Amino acid sequence: MHYSRTKKWMPALVLWLGVFASASAAERFITLASTTSTQASGLFDYLLPKFTEKTGVEVRVVAVGTGQALKLGEKGDADVLLVHDPAGEEKFVKQGYGVDRRLVMYNDFVIVGPAADPVHTKGGRDAVAAFKAIAQAKATFLSRGDDSGTHRQELRLWEAAGIDVKSASGTWYKELGAGMGAALNTAAGLDGYTMSDRATWLSFKNRARLMLLVEGDPKLYNQYSVILVNPDRHPEVKLDDARGFMDWLTSPAGQQAIGSFTVEGQVLFHPNAAGGGD
Amino acid sequence: MPSLISPATWPALESAHSVPRGTSRGASILPLRLEGVSYAPNGRTLLHEISLTLVSDAATVVLGPNGAGKSLLLRLCHGLIPPSTGRILWAGAGNAAKEQAMVFQRPVLLRRSVAGNLAYPLRLLGLGREERERRVAEALAMAGLTPLADRYARSLSGGEQQRLALARAWVRRPEVLFLDEPTANLDPAATRQVEAIVKRFRDAGTKVVMTTHDLGQARRLAEEVLFLHRGRLLEQAPAECFFAGPATAEARAFVRGELLW
Amino acid sequence: MSEIAEALGHAGRLLAAFDSGVWEIVLLSLEVSCLAVALAVLCGFPLGAALALYAFPGRRTVVILANALMGLPPVVVGLTVYLVLSRSGPLGDLGLLFTPAAMVIAQWVLVTPIITALTRQVIEDLWEEYEDELRSLGSTRGQAIGTLLWEGRYRLMTAVLAGFGRAIAEVGAVLIVGGNIAHATRVMTTAIALETAKGELGLALGLGAVLLTLALSINAVAYLTRDLARA
Repeated sequence: MHYSRTKKWMPALVLWLGVFASASAAERFITLASTTSTQASGLFDYLLPKFTEKTGVEVRVVAVGTGQALKLGEKGDADVLLVHDPAGEEKFVKQGYGVDRRLVMYNDFVIVGPAADPVHTKGGRDAVAAFKAIAQAKATFLSRGDDSGTHRQELRLWEAAGIDVKSASGTWYKELGAGMGAALNTAAGLDGYTMSDRATWLSFKNRARLMLLVEGDPKLYNQYSVILVNPDRHPEVKLDDARGFMDWLTSPAGQQAIGSFTVEGQVLFHPNAAGGGD
Repeated sequence: MPSLISPATWPALESAHSVPRGTSRGASILPLRLEGVSYAPNGRTLLHEISLTLVSDAATVVLGPNGAGKSLLLRLCHGLIPPSTGRILWAGAGNAAKEQAMVFQRPVLLRRSVAGNLAYPLRLLGLGREERERRVAEALAMAGLTPLADRYARSLSGGEQQRLALARAWVRRPEVLFLDEPTANLDPAATRQVEAIVKRFRDAGTKVVMTTHDLGQARRLAEEVLFLHRGRLLEQAPAECFFAGPATAEARAFVRGELLW
Repeated sequence: MSEIAEALGHAGRLLAAFDSGVWEIVLLSLEVSCLAVALAVLCGFPLGAALALYAFPGRRTVVILANALMGLPPVVVGLTVYLVLSRSGPLGDLGLLFTPAAMVIAQWVLVTPIITALTRQVIEDLWEEYEDELRSLGSTRGQAIGTLLWEGRYRLMTAVLAGFGRAIAEVGAVLIVGGNIAHATRVMTTAIALETAKGELGLALGLGAVLLTLALSINAVAYLTRDLARA
């Protein structure tokens, strides 16, 4: 009868679920918590197969904002972090959540906006001045608003410009709470200004009337680092493979691979590890 | 195989419920006694203080105008609703519910084949596969449904559906069969077939208790008559006596075919 | 608009090529959602039927709860399942976070209330029709559960399809507990979200078209099966 038939299915279902769980456990892999900007740029699709080919270790990327990536590390839900918020990272290491922080690469942020550029920021090299001009004209500005590395950097720039964006939130200053791609899509739709990392901007396909307006300010420098999640705190961290990945990333081979990743002929990430892994 | 098998060939004749009437059956659930049974949902009394005894001898037909409480009386006896006051007493110590069946005015057929509908109550009784198959085949033949065994039950005609409902009662070999207006929605041909099956139950020794508002049907089937009017039992009499000369004015009016209210 | 036309063209090319990457994503989506719905059926059918047939203290509360939970925001479910499965959470030792199993669990949590609530409704309606007959045939309430689930199978299929629709179309929960990891936990909805973030609207829409086609075919198959069964 149908009733007993259901009962016969049950073990099969439980088995299936078990296979699902163990299939992921059977392979050799590490979990890398990283940022939306690195994923959306396509860097991982280019880089990670090289590492896997060499070591047989698969790298599974969970792409979230830097803030959330640090949170994942804090809770032990990732083995390694590749993030870009030096201040936040230092705090993370100081609190004992992570160890062995190493510089890996940098790129820079750019300010993009409508080609018509109503506040005349085009060609500028001073990010703070551009932000002041945008605020003065109350031109639409799209903020990530997601506690990501980009968002944190943007807030530091507003602070430098002496502008209280919190009180303007919801008017010309719009906090999205979304990833870089979503912010660019929104800026394209609203003809607004936003700040993006160069890599996401270059690989972004739906630019509509957006164009790059401000670049080259040292304040727009964007440093990426890897951090090992503290194995003393989370013994399940795959220490050897995770450290192997960090070593490779900072080794000449890894650094060369990062430097050779281009989109439309442009290098998106500049390797700057302190030297071969130690 | 004949389309209708005679009760004499029914294998259960010796065992289940065709013990010659009048002798005492150890496991018999009859007689059924009602002592001061009332039914008053939400304070509205629909059946008043009914006391009666039903013995196994005769086919009982419950007569009365619409709204007299005929269906309620059957449902009370069958145990589908509890009495508000009074007692319903089956004889014997066994499980009386197992020995009864009921066929409703609009039977609910299960969404499966004709044979599947017949096998269903047998599975509830916990009978083995072989015994189920034997009883299903026999009931199909009894009700003339053998050619329709694999049909989807809900695609049957009204008469076929009612015959299937009767066959579904038959497979359980009940000692008592309650029938609630079994031919109310049927044409004369289908009615005749249903009545033939009811007689078959009767001949096999099943106590039939049936409601109808069709006087002709009552005359054809009744050996004993219960006459209900406005929730009260006015008469219980052998059929010949009842039809020859009802004791109450209401029953006389009813038998004459006058409108009663 | 030219963008939409362009995107649709892209969608068509994607469908025509149907490369292995897309296959992998579609297959995982199906596996995860089918398994989640199957588990939800195992829980929701008996639970819904029991809610319909048994009176017990707090029954009304459970019914209201199940009805309300039908509208549970996926992100909330995702977050809750994340906290439970996180290494620091109560079930962290199972190591299920960022695996398809975690996605199955999240979708199961989302779908079970739907199937429970709809099952309760179906069985309650059927019970009204069948109660006298089944009791007369000697069925206990417990036995009636199995019978009514089978009797209501066509209407319950609609409940299952509703659950499946919610599972396969949901993005918030699987993104959080699955992590949208390439070749591991990337399903159609998270892939669509990612391609949208990249500004690859054509590819995103193409995947959307695959999702729609899939949903349509599953519904079509379900209704064809039902018609065949009734014939």
